[in-house]
Amino acid sequence: MYLAAEHFVRAPDWSWFILGYFFLAGLSGGAYVTGTLLRLSGDLRDEPAARVAFYTSFALLPLCPVFLTADLGSGWLRFWHMLVNTTPGNPGLNFKYWSPISVGVWILVIFSVFATISALAAWLGDRRGAATPPAGPLSIAFNVVGATVGLFFASYTGVLLSVSNQPVWSDTWMLGGLFLASGLSGAAALLVLLMRYRPASAFSLVRIRIADGYFSLLELVLVVAFFITIGFAGTAGDELTTAPLWALALVGLAASLVGLRGESRRVQVSGGEGSAAGTIGLNAVLASVLVLVGVLALRAAIIFSAQ
Amino acid sequence: MDIKAGESYGFFTDTSVCIGCKACEVACKEWNQLEGNEPAFLADSFDNTGQLDAQNWRHVKFYDRVPERSTSAGNGTAFLMMSDVCKHCQHASCMEVCPTNAIIRTEFNTVFIQQDVCNGCRACVAACPYSVIGINKKTGTAHKCTLCYDRLQGGLEPACAKACPTQSIQFGPLSQLQQTADARLEALHSEGVTQAQLYGRDDKVYGGLSAFFLLMDKPEAYGLPNAENAVLPSRNNLGGYLTALVTAVVGVVAGLIAIRRRRGA
Repeated sequence: MYLAAEHFVRAPDWSWFILGYFFLAGLSGGAYVTGTLLRLSGDLRDEPAARVAFYTSFALLPLCPVFLTADLGSGWLRFWHMLVNTTPGNPGLNFKYWSPISVGVWILVIFSVFATISALAAWLGDRRGAATPPAGPLSIAFNVVGATVGLFFASYTGVLLSVSNQPVWSDTWMLGGLFLASGLSGAAALLVLLMRYRPASAFSLVRIRIADGYFSLLELVLVVAFFITIGFAGTAGDELTTAPLWALALVGLAASLVGLRGESRRVQVSGGEGSAAGTIGLNAVLASVLVLVGVLALRAAIIFSAQ
Repeated sequence: MDIKAGESYGFFTDTSVCIGCKACEVACKEWNQLEGNEPAFLADSFDNTGQLDAQNWRHVKFYDRVPERSTSAGNGTAFLMMSDVCKHCQHASCMEVCPTNAIIRTEFNTVFIQQDVCNGCRACVAACPYSVIGINKKTGTAHKCTLCYDRLQGGLEPACAKACPTQSIQFGPLSQLQQTADARLEALHSEGVTQAQLYGRDDKVYGGLSAFFLLMDKPEAYGLPNAENAVLPSRNNLGGYLTALVTAVVGVVAGLIAIRRRRGA
């Protein structure tokens, strides 16, 4: 299954801009998914937090193409070449299902539609003072489809790395899942930070922190699987070059898991009805910052170790 | 030679007669107007080119095999030399991943990067298993050997093959080159040079290479992936997406459970 491949390939010099894009894509997609989960599984008291999630997803999204196009060697003007075939005599759209970059560009476009409409709907709800989400099966279906696209958006960047011939990246199938779990965890942590500015949303704090912990558990499993697979391929040693970044990523994971333990106890004791408005504590803030730093460090460790 | 569109052309590079003169590098740079990189002291044998990249579309590799002990005349192989170039693979990793379709197959069955289409995403750089493609710092786009596409269109053979003084680099219709290579390999084997082998002559490596080689050692000694390791990037699509799908399902279920538990509380 995994090749102990000899790699003679050159590094593509994907660095800070790509790191920024991967980070933001994970958070934006993850935030939309979290918002949808709150609507699907929570109750009306979770709607303020769900709206924070949709606003967050939308706000991060415009930064994604900025980072993506800033990384292109030809500059801003040829981003559209990924969408439209500009080969003379061969007009039409560009879509290659076997190229994750090609698929991902279209996913970015499609996801932006969902994120924009959901954020707009949340804003209209807030403007009207409505406490309930848009009603009806169509609205729910819209969120579910948007979340599915969001899941893809948060994960394809990992698959993109694997679909290459680079050492480490192409030696494992775990990167798509790893980036997704990490993106979900990071999005939950970011929401905890942003919920401070919308006191009514603090009701969902405990559950979002528990969800963050679950996502981190999943991420931890995938980190182990990642190292096992690249160990079989003989490229695990490359990760030593980014050991400090891995340390940061593990600190982020630990912060999330400690939070999970604390919040789970809180649920057992109090029934988990959430903090009172505006009382999101320093511990939660600190843990969330560490989680976000860890999410960034994880991507940096993987991107830079192979180059 | 009558060069016709619709026929497959390529290079047969016979490393057993390469003398490392680098005339191919010079001819390539001159015809293609490549400025070259800043001179650097690489301390790497007679190699001061270093690698194939946006400015070096031919690169004469020198693999030091100077024996530690003296040998009798004719029995010491001091260097393996090889004029490296884009292989113009039949199953090209660069073409596979290119999201803009800038990398195309020409009417001569060669692989060509359209400079006005490429947007410099560098996916091809990460995919090329031969470390051939580089980014031109001025244009920001990917560059590599074109197999002198413009010369072929004008009925001329590529500059490197024309300049090679030992016919280590031979250009011609692929079927003809393959016959030449088979005959050369047979001759070497009959002379007892049993280590000689063809690389990319058949379809075991990326479906066959339009620029294939006669090597005097195993491919890995020249920095070339062997048939087992000659794999396409798309091999990881299914596994990568499946792992992401499983993670998505588990993640969504975990998230639903985390949020839903309140109702039971």
